[in-house]
Amino acid sequence: MNATVSAAFTAQLRRDLLLSFRRRQDLANPLIFFVIVVSLFPLGVTPDKEFLSQAAAGVIWVAALLATLLSLDGLFRADYEDGALEQMVIAPQPLFMVVLAKTLAHWLVTGLPLLLLSPVLGVMMFLPADATGVLMLSLLIGTPVLSLIGAIGAALTVGLRVGGVLVSLLVLPLYIPVLIFGTGTVQMAINGQPWTGHVALMLAFLALAIGLAPIAASAALRISVSN
Amino acid sequence: MSDTLLEVRTLRCERDFRVLFKDLSFTVNAGDVVQVEGPNGSGKTTLLRMLAGLLPVHEGEVFWRGEPMQRVRPMFYEELLYLGHKTGVKDSLTAFENLRSWAALRAPVSDDRLLEALERVGLKGFEHSLAHNLSAGQQRRIALARLFVSDAPFWILDEPFTAIDKKGVAELENLMIQRGREGMAVLMTTHHAPRIEGELKKVTLGRVAA
Repeated sequence: MNATVSAAFTAQLRRDLLLSFRRRQDLANPLIFFVIVVSLFPLGVTPDKEFLSQAAAGVIWVAALLATLLSLDGLFRADYEDGALEQMVIAPQPLFMVVLAKTLAHWLVTGLPLLLLSPVLGVMMFLPADATGVLMLSLLIGTPVLSLIGAIGAALTVGLRVGGVLVSLLVLPLYIPVLIFGTGTVQMAINGQPWTGHVALMLAFLALAIGLAPIAASAALRISVSN
Repeated sequence: MSDTLLEVRTLRCERDFRVLFKDLSFTVNAGDVVQVEGPNGSGKTTLLRMLAGLLPVHEGEVFWRGEPMQRVRPMFYEELLYLGHKTGVKDSLTAFENLRSWAALRAPVSDDRLLEALERVGLKGFEHSLAHNLSAGQQRRIALARLFVSDAPFWILDEPFTAIDKKGVAELENLMIQRGREGMAVLMTTHHAPRIEGELKKVTLGRVAA
């Protein structure tokens, strides 16, 4: 039984990644958004080095959060519209596992590229070089939490025609702790303070999100499908 | 042959304050091929979705192998194949990938069997074409290939013959009869006049006065 669950997990992950790579143009959207938002800051506020290095962590984190938020609508929408979601809901394999696989696929095509791009933006924002590693670490832990929490919002609104705005409203309050601790970690590293405590808290968020978000999202999907 | 799979007791359904059906009771035994009939809007799809667990049952009871459905739903899903109007065939996956990803959430199936199923529904040579490049009928056939992969003893099929040519319909009807003889059950809706009339049990909807 366990073997088939993990086989189903990998198969679902592979399917979702395959679907993403068949529609490559959509993959670039959150990434371009991320770069644009961050690069507008020096232009719109001030190119002053002092200011930018202070704001860098926050700006990059906010941009990553918004980019994730933008990409959420696609998480279940296509599967809902063509009926694939129905087939997942009534499959004997646990829906929890399907949601986890789909969310992991979502993170691999949105969160991970954001993470990999962040050092470049860090340079642009005059982020101190020794804080770059901490920024990446905080995003590495934080962006999966954003994807997982986002999955709940996406699952709740997938049956509605105007899901987009509602997802933001539902999900943003839950994103705020992640944002606070994410930027906090980087800020502490910049100031030379110990930041491992913040990282531990973020890891706790991640553990909680992996355990609970898929359960909530599967319950929400069952409701959305039964409309 | 009296092995009861599904039993529906006094089921009632309302949509938009209209009663679609009420006091609906019937049983599906192993070996039955049951056709749900009734005019458009009489609640056929709604009934099938309710039985598949995609819509909540508010009034009435459904039993699976003698147990209340809400208690045995996970077991029920292991034995169910449901094919709705929306088939879940992905445009940007090939016929083979579509079938494989569907099967992966069910019992493990070898690739050979998946290819054989695609051949049985007449998609030989199209296994590795994107569904997007196939005709509506062929896309439908990708979904129908699941029938040849599935060992599930209970099928719920909503208009399985849509967009399928005559020869394809005849083959599917034969498959259903054969499945019935093997002691499995099929519950379906169709507007085709089935050739297999004599072998069908019927459930008729749409007799409720508005």
